[in-house]
Amino acid sequence: MKSAVIVFPASNCDRDAAVALEQMTGRKPHMVWHQECDLPDVDLVVLPGGFSYGDYLRSGAMAGQSAVMRAVKAHAKKGGAVLGICNGFQVLTESHLLPGALMRNAGLKFVCRPVTMAVEETQNVFTRKYLHGQQVTFPVAHGDGNYFADEETLNRLEGEGRVVFRYAPGQNPNGSSRDIAGILSEKRNVLGLMPHPERVVDPLLGGTDGRGLFESLIETLS
Amino acid sequence: MKARVFVTLKNGVLDPQGKAIGHALNGLGFGAVGEVRQGKVIDLELSETNEAKARAALNDMCEKLLANTVIEKYEIELKA
Repeated sequence: MKSAVIVFPASNCDRDAAVALEQMTGRKPHMVWHQECDLPDVDLVVLPGGFSYGDYLRSGAMAGQSAVMRAVKAHAKKGGAVLGICNGFQVLTESHLLPGALMRNAGLKFVCRPVTMAVEETQNVFTRKYLHGQQVTFPVAHGDGNYFADEETLNRLEGEGRVVFRYAPGQNPNGSSRDIAGILSEKRNVLGLMPHPERVVDPLLGGTDGRGLFESLIETLS
Repeated sequence: MKARVFVTLKNGVLDPQGKAIGHALNGLGFGAVGEVRQGKVIDLELSETNEAKARAALNDMCEKLLANTVIEKYEIELKA
């Protein structure tokens, strides 16, 4: 599987994503600067966590308008896989690759701790190696992770099986509507989630629950 | 031409920051303060002199960048 990690000014999980991708796939991902207008030939594009453009205006708003995002949109339109983690999820909603918005955490605090979620959908390239309903624990580290969408959009996401990750009861760290932690695009090739799977692929770093996501991608896209 | 854009959360969208400000004001003894909603003000200078064209451009700016219309609404004020 060939992959690329987009690097925005003030991305800070780009290296974590690159290390996880290299460890899992055996190939170094391309690191693509936000001013690039073209993407290398890759199967997966990762939008990493961080604070792109200092979260100016709104988290992900500036990055959503950057040159490289036009290329990412074209990649997604062709059916290419796009994974947005944390700030990457915010960029995906701001660039309308995913519906809804990520607002300030309901408790107003930056939340940095492991959270347990259920994998609610496995019919997609990102989570097919997990069991349906499997509980996984990934770390979260965000201040703006409160997923919001209108009722109609939420009902559509649920009805179409696009809520992939849902915080376990009592674990919702940010007030997200219906405990949503991660969602898919309509064509199921774009996934955005607030928790960090790339931080749990090595037992030395506290867990391996994130491996299934990369294994799913490798199995489908290699 | 100068413009001022007000970006505020839509009615019904939870505003935890506004709530916290309200609590703080109550704590300072301003007991008459009820609901508080927080927003943004953006001041812009435009080279456009035609008011209708300026307004149309500002609408476009709000839709594309200044506001996230999933959660926010905006108002535009033009000053000669």
